[in-house]
Amino acid sequence: MTILASILILAGALFSLIAALGIVRMPDLYCRMHAATKAGAFGLSLILIGICFLVPEPRVIIQSLLIVAFFYLTTPIAGQMIGRAAIIRGIPFWKR
Amino acid sequence: MFSEFQTIPAWVALTAHSILGLSMLLAGYRIWKGPSIPDRIVALDLLAALIMGHVALSVAHSRFVSYLDVATAIAVITFLATVAFARYLENKDAPL
Repeated sequence: MTILASILILAGALFSLIAALGIVRMPDLYCRMHAATKAGAFGLSLILIGICFLVPEPRVIIQSLLIVAFFYLTTPIAGQMIGRAAIIRGIPFWKR
Repeated sequence: MFSEFQTIPAWVALTAHSILGLSMLLAGYRIWKGPSIPDRIVALDLLAALIMGHVALSVAHSRFVSYLDVATAIAVITFLATVAFARYLENKDAPL
């Protein structure tokens, strides 16, 4: 259990690092939004699932899965609203 | 709360905290440098997700299960702040 939780936590931290690298290196607002929302949510959910394996209590499991479900429900809404606001304000697209 | 469960090894916790801290530095670079306001909002969203990762990781290597409440509160507040910023930016006359 400890080994599985360690692997999940390290994988989540690496996915968060991938999200941060994408938010620095991507050329456009919309590409940056893609990197930040998807990889960031996946990394956080991997860390929380690792904690579920590490602490097998009902409260921890229920609350971790609740946080993951809430995050996956709210991240697309926030991303869509930021993208619509950016298009309304006329943030330019990436032209190669 | 203090039931006997295993904790992750110390080097796993240290490595994961270091990777998350490096990711926070990269997101902070984008907040500092971002050319437009929606860039900064996206980076702030990712920064809140990384803080939630730190909090969840401190559940793993300390024994306080109550830190998950902190992660829940940060998730709710981040979603509301992002939606509020996006609705504010949809007004084209809004000062930046």
